[in-house]
Amino acid sequence: MSKATAPHSLNFDTGWAYSPAPESTDHVEIKDQYKLFIGGKFVAPKSGKYFDTINPATEKVLARVAQAGAADVDRAVTAARDAYDTVWSKMKPAERGKYIYRIARIIQERAREFAVIESMDGGKPIREARDVDIPLAAAHFFYYAGWADKLDYAFPCRTPQSLGVAGQIIPWNFPLLMAAWKIAPALACGNTVVLKPAETTPLTALKLAEVIEAADLPPGVVNIVTGDGSTGAAIVNHDDINKIAFTGSTNVGRIIQRALAGTDKKYTLELGGKAANIIFADAAIDQAVEGVVNAIFFNQGHVCCAGSRLLVQESVADEVVAKLKERMQTLIVGDPLDKNTDIGAINSAAQLERINAYLDLGQEEGAEMFQCGGKTPDKGYWCQPTLFTNVAQSHRIVREEIFGPVLAIQTFRTLDEAVAKANNTQYGLSGGIWTDKGAKIFSVGAKMRAGVIWANTFNKFDPTSPFGGYKESGVGREGGMHGLSAYLDLH
Amino acid sequence: MDKTVKAEGRSIDSASPREAQSAAKSASGARAKPPAASRLGVAKTYKLYINGKFPRTESGRYFTVADAKGNIAANMCRASRKDFREAVLAARAAFNGWAGASAYLRGQILYRVAEMLEARAEQFVTELKLMGVDKRAASREVTATIDCLVYYAGWTDKYQQVFSAVNPVASSHFNFSILEPVGVVSVLAGPENALLGFVEAIAPVIAGGNTAIALASEQNPLCAVSFAEVLHSSDVPAGVINILSGYRKELAEQFASHMDVNAIIANGGDASEIKMIQEQAANNIKRVIIRKKPIAPDPYQIIDVQETKTTWHPIGG
Repeated sequence: MSKATAPHSLNFDTGWAYSPAPESTDHVEIKDQYKLFIGGKFVAPKSGKYFDTINPATEKVLARVAQAGAADVDRAVTAARDAYDTVWSKMKPAERGKYIYRIARIIQERAREFAVIESMDGGKPIREARDVDIPLAAAHFFYYAGWADKLDYAFPCRTPQSLGVAGQIIPWNFPLLMAAWKIAPALACGNTVVLKPAETTPLTALKLAEVIEAADLPPGVVNIVTGDGSTGAAIVNHDDINKIAFTGSTNVGRIIQRALAGTDKKYTLELGGKAANIIFADAAIDQAVEGVVNAIFFNQGHVCCAGSRLLVQESVADEVVAKLKERMQTLIVGDPLDKNTDIGAINSAAQLERINAYLDLGQEEGAEMFQCGGKTPDKGYWCQPTLFTNVAQSHRIVREEIFGPVLAIQTFRTLDEAVAKANNTQYGLSGGIWTDKGAKIFSVGAKMRAGVIWANTFNKFDPTSPFGGYKESGVGREGGMHGLSAYLDLH
Repeated sequence: MDKTVKAEGRSIDSASPREAQSAAKSASGARAKPPAASRLGVAKTYKLYINGKFPRTESGRYFTVADAKGNIAANMCRASRKDFREAVLAARAAFNGWAGASAYLRGQILYRVAEMLEARAEQFVTELKLMGVDKRAASREVTATIDCLVYYAGWTDKYQQVFSAVNPVASSHFNFSILEPVGVVSVLAGPENALLGFVEAIAPVIAGGNTAIALASEQNPLCAVSFAEVLHSSDVPAGVINILSGYRKELAEQFASHMDVNAIIANGGDASEIKMIQEQAANNIKRVIIRKKPIAPDPYQIIDVQETKTTWHPIGG
């Protein structure tokens, strides 16, 4: 491995340190205890059970949150069905749209509060919550609000009809954003919703319930039930739900697809990924390195479309790896609420354990591990940005989704080899291409079997842009005009 | 004779006895009574169609199909799961070429299929009549099939324009979504309309650049299997469409569970089969399209087996 070339090397050893730049939390209100949001009211769970949600950066309890059982889910579905039958399906589409616009506006008004809570409950850097999660969530509601009275234009020669009650189960990596991805199109298409946030990150969804209350949505149009996997199962298996939307792991997606067999429930599944980021020798290398850092270390690598595999053309591999290692050492790992932080806390102890198991496994398999050695806080769950070289296609760290800040680097010689390696996976969610040649972008982009292709960029999201996977990365699309069909009957 | 065959034997046959008899001969002359005329008919052996070839089933098994009068119409290959796996290999190998063919070329090839069917219309009318369809209905079915092929030939270079999008993202990127074929698709043909139903099931699949393995209707397989002859003379590349005959009950599970099949389209089928298909499909998150009843051709059936691919590129210096 050659050393980074001296004229370009990053020198941060100037004697200057970053001063702490903590985001203030005094303007944020988190209650001690949250109930379930059903039929427009916060109600206690019939089970009487609550569980703690903690700050993964401090391991301190933030609040106690209700554990919804099957009876609570049933109550939520009943409320959603009533709201669908009596109000929401009968409302003029333009009026429906205006309610959704209201949600967007209130989120924008309360954006900073949401960003802080998102960071505290999930561990992500405040900078990302503030600049990505919350603005995009508001934008999603704003975008889909406008579709409510324009659905007939999206599907030529069809008369779109709403489905009824949608059951939605979302993950912990982008809690409010995923809620927006699910709720906004469902409401715009005239459905009502029972949403379950992830067990470790329920707070912003419960805050969203407050927004929905403030927006004066008819009771029961949106119901939010918190809980663990058993709550999700109660939603999937409920007889009076017409549609299931799930974002999470491929394994759970498979279980859900199986559970829905023999029912008439529609479903969309956004599942795992193991995206390849391909750097060709003719790429702008410095830009590509920045892109790779964003692709794998954004949100601690807790991203289903993360660029967790790097394929570098052999002739530039040494240069890319050297620059990457150098750049990684400038990443600040630590307090998510500090505005300088690049990499926050791992979402949970269980997830950290999974990631660490893969770090051990990668080394056992014979790969070479590189990790920055910075200090991390004593409390909380932390993982330094990590990369593996000398990996083979058969290694589990190349094949399996780690969902952490862990990059596996392989090399290639020809375009065909790069494409073959990129596609050699059961996943097909996303992919990256770095080259200065437009023709190559189109040829490689067409050959990559993945639902989102980022060319000379990575991890960009927008409400107008359809997102979703090929192969075992899921079924259906969310976002854009294409995201509407998941919530409509087009026959 | 097989049980299923008896159950499906149709009583109505408005074709003249002579027609029926000559058709029976052409299907399986060896089993018809010796003809009064001096020449003995030459019967066709119905085989599978895999990778552009006409093999018999590797299993050596057969099943018998009866015509409308309950006479033996043909011994069909009773395809095995291994035959299916071979067909998947062929379909996978053909996929990149077919998906990468220009929309114009796919349109011309589908149109060519229509031309070839038009030229062989009489053969299919005869086969339909043999199975109990009256003459006029048989003619109508064949012409409707030809028109269906022309219809989808026309869609190959249009659905992309209707269903794609340039997405106005807020950041400084050019962003567009196009459709790409989902991959290898397995198709269970329904029992209705031996020819039209079969072609309606597979035409939108290949119009969109997918490759397919189709199981002919168990009760009514003659036309579907003969349709391979039309495909074979139509510039459809080997492996793009593979046609099997056999027992649906035996093969449906493999059609649904195979890990290198990306989508399954099941026409007809009872509730328990639908449930089984949906369960097995989950093995590899297969797309499942259930069509309980035949539906008229439309471009949404192409879209059913397409993936949306969204590409981003920065705008700027």
